[in-house]
Amino acid sequence: MSENGKPKFAMYWAASCGGCDIAVLNIHEKILDVDANFEVVFWPVAVDAKYKDVEAMADGEILLTLFNGGMRNEENAHMARLLRRKSQILIAFGSCANEGCIPGLANLSPVEEIFETAYATVSTENAAGIRPQPETQVAEGVLSIPAFSPVLRTLNQVVDVDYYIPGCPPESHQIAAVIDVVLAVLAGKAQLPPKGSMLGVGQSTVCDECTRVRNVRKITGFRRIQDLECIDPQVCLLEQGVLCTGPATASGCTALCPKAGAPCAGCYGPAQGVLDFGARMMSAVASVIDSNDAEEIDRILDGLVDPAGSFYRFNLAHSVLRTGRASWNGN
Amino acid sequence: MTSANGKRQIPRIGVYVCHCGSNIAGTVDVEEVAKWAKERLGEQGVVVAKEYKFMCSSLGQELIAEDIRKERLDRVVVAACSPHLHEKTFRGAAARAGLNPYLCEMTSIREQVSWVHTDKILATEKAKALISGTVARVREHSPLESITVPINETTLVVGGGIAGIQAALEIANTGHPVYLVEREPSIGGHMAQFDKTFPTLDCAACILTPRMSEAGSHPGIHLLTWSEVEQVEGYVGNFTVSVRKKARYVNTELCTGCGICWQKCPKNVLDDKFEVGLGYRKAIYTPFEQAVPRFPVIDRETCTYFEKGTCKACEKFCPTGAIALEQQDELVSFQVGNIVLATGYDLFDARRVPQYGYGRLPNVFTSLEFERMCNAAGPTNGDIVLRDGKTVPKTVGIIHCVGSRDRNYNNYCSAICCMQSLKFAHLVKERTGAEVYNFYIDLRTTAKDYDEFYQRVLEEGTLFVRGRVAEIIDGAQLPGGDERMVIQVEDTLAGCQRHIPVDMVVLSAALEPRADAGEVAKQFGISCSSNGWFTERHPKLDPVATMTEGIFIAGCATGPRDIPNTVAQGSATAARVVSYIAQAELALEPIRASVAEATCSGCRICNGLCPFNAIVFHEDRMVTEIMTALCQGCGTCVAACPAGAITCTGFSNDQVIAQIEGMMAVAFQPEPV
Repeated sequence: MSENGKPKFAMYWAASCGGCDIAVLNIHEKILDVDANFEVVFWPVAVDAKYKDVEAMADGEILLTLFNGGMRNEENAHMARLLRRKSQILIAFGSCANEGCIPGLANLSPVEEIFETAYATVSTENAAGIRPQPETQVAEGVLSIPAFSPVLRTLNQVVDVDYYIPGCPPESHQIAAVIDVVLAVLAGKAQLPPKGSMLGVGQSTVCDECTRVRNVRKITGFRRIQDLECIDPQVCLLEQGVLCTGPATASGCTALCPKAGAPCAGCYGPAQGVLDFGARMMSAVASVIDSNDAEEIDRILDGLVDPAGSFYRFNLAHSVLRTGRASWNGN
Repeated sequence: MTSANGKRQIPRIGVYVCHCGSNIAGTVDVEEVAKWAKERLGEQGVVVAKEYKFMCSSLGQELIAEDIRKERLDRVVVAACSPHLHEKTFRGAAARAGLNPYLCEMTSIREQVSWVHTDKILATEKAKALISGTVARVREHSPLESITVPINETTLVVGGGIAGIQAALEIANTGHPVYLVEREPSIGGHMAQFDKTFPTLDCAACILTPRMSEAGSHPGIHLLTWSEVEQVEGYVGNFTVSVRKKARYVNTELCTGCGICWQKCPKNVLDDKFEVGLGYRKAIYTPFEQAVPRFPVIDRETCTYFEKGTCKACEKFCPTGAIALEQQDELVSFQVGNIVLATGYDLFDARRVPQYGYGRLPNVFTSLEFERMCNAAGPTNGDIVLRDGKTVPKTVGIIHCVGSRDRNYNNYCSAICCMQSLKFAHLVKERTGAEVYNFYIDLRTTAKDYDEFYQRVLEEGTLFVRGRVAEIIDGAQLPGGDERMVIQVEDTLAGCQRHIPVDMVVLSAALEPRADAGEVAKQFGISCSSNGWFTERHPKLDPVATMTEGIFIAGCATGPRDIPNTVAQGSATAARVVSYIAQAELALEPIRASVAEATCSGCRICNGLCPFNAIVFHEDRMVTEIMTALCQGCGTCVAACPAGAITCTGFSNDQVIAQIEGMMAVAFQPEPV
């Protein structure tokens, strides 16, 4: 409890794009409820507080921390451990913290390749070929920067996590609903859900919220949406040959993308009961390919231009695979 | 496992390692495995681990049962042969000791370990890993109850060849009703086309037609000829079948089968079905004299009335007014408890072997053409003549294995060709005295009295050349200037090339699955082998059942076979069906898939996948449901469900993952090769 009697709230970004922070601000007037009921003690995007302020707190002093972003370097992991210690409830917020998201796709490449792309491609001015060094000797002593990890890890691959809110970013109405639950718990009117629960997410999949008509599935070819001359606005995208991952993705987003004519990319993560999102979706798609001829099947599958990026776009770091190559040195 | 208060209890697991004589013990150190399981898997709940010479023996089973009672075991793992062989045995033993049978699980350390490995140390380690996995899995098991369904006493038999007739008669003779559906105008099948049957040479019609008329007049058999099964729904004991009765254009209530209509019909049509193109029939016809039922059908495609709107000769002359040109197809639907599929075979199209010239060379005949030619009721009244209809051949070549045992067509042996070819050789000799050559790869005369028949044909002077015929050349110049048809063959016994001039060639064509066997299999929810024959539940121990309960198969639909074998299979299906009917209800395995309705989004990915047609989609609620009694627990839909909404009892995620983790937990370091 703070001096004004309000419980403490923190939000942090590790390897992320900042979209999750914006999504929280995007809950409009509900943000006033957050302010009215919590004291915001740490939130780099919104309030000026330093790491040392957090370090100075007693363990468990913060009631609720929303943690977004993956663990790309040692600093991210350090902050995860620190906030875990200081927080009673730690929530993995958004796709990066949950399952690695787009930054997690870098797990397909070893560190050297990532550095090569970042520091040595044509568009980079780096004549001296400088690469980040964890430690650099200068006249005044040794400068150190956080070491780059071999792979990006999700929050629960580093620390114990209490709850999960998926989405890239989580939808504002879902965040608002979670805040309502937390407030109700604070007021003694509700019970916390069981530890490990997914919050702000539906029971079923995106298809459940999608209004497009669907028939018995038969896939005769895949097309990228930009290659289609016209899209039937009424019919399921997958039936039209567009790889929509809605069937494997948890509901909760109100099927925004497919309703607007864009395929679901899977940002809300796997549905309940799905262990590995990519494997599930691949197995589903493979089941409905409408051919028994090996060559024809190959031709159909060749229509999938980027299988790893399509099936594991958001969840590679948290999949059973975890990485694309054997660069994983334990967790 | 959880107790009533939700707390996880420690299970009490017994592990039983079988020696299987020396089958397992020869390659796996079974004593060591049992000792290891007791010591190292104790934390997992293993309280007893024993090895025994033959676990499946009554003493072995009693050992397990006694431990269940004395040690209060609540889980049992048997490491022995494949569950295919003895899962029932051990689950039965567990049940007799009061344990739910589905809490007993087998792991195969024979098929998967001792029979495929030679290194005893590594094999022993692998056996440990498999047992560790199964122990971890069985912890996640829950008791299951089998499902019972009532059995409707009516049976559907599809296909009115000799297999179907046999099955229908045997079932109907026990007092249970049978629907016999045949798509041709008459029952009888291929056998009705044959002349003589090997090796006894009795006339096919003489032995078949009494059975046909018995089936036709049996009060318990409802005959539906000129009919095809359109739809099958339901599950063992409770199938609903829709049959399309194609319009005959003949009122069968009034028709007496007198034959005036086809005598008066002015339209001659080449009969490419029953007479395989050697003879003619009328536009209104019965395929043959002894057809059952005796009612004719009008062939819409060739009938002048249907072509031009005039003629009606049949109608004019019919003494009972039975011609009904306005008749429509009729759909009939009925309930049956079991189904017998005896849909027969198609003859290999000999045109596919161009070097044998069938279809190009007039005097190359197929086996079925030859059968019709020999038949006294056939197009030549039983005379063996060339295509011109009068010349009697002086030399005849009979080629075995046309389209069989040939990697270009079918790898399998068609089983009947050797005997059929010997029979042909005999008939040619008997009726024409011509010289006969048989070209064979191997002679297979394995059944009763078959080899004796071969000896007889040898003694009659038929010449045998071992070798696959390379080519049949027409118009070859012989020394002396004659142009003859010549068979070119490598005689592999004499080690030389032979060119044998002949007047006539008979091709013993292969038996092939029906062209629509795949569709029929899908319709009835059964599967086909890679060759296209219906797949039996077990090739040795359950040859007439299928993986779908309540669907049985008989005759050539299951693979090439001769008449005695086909008849035996027809009887076998009858025995199986009658045994189900006698049980009145049937207990089904509870390994079934089900959909969690709340999680199902109605994405319909699974909807078209079920090989047993067990999946239904509820449009109103947008959810998919699996009909429990129809489901055979194959798992196809479980793997396909992208939402993870479908689970299969006995194969939950928790069980499978636990098994994998249990196996991985055993540090198993294969030695570098």
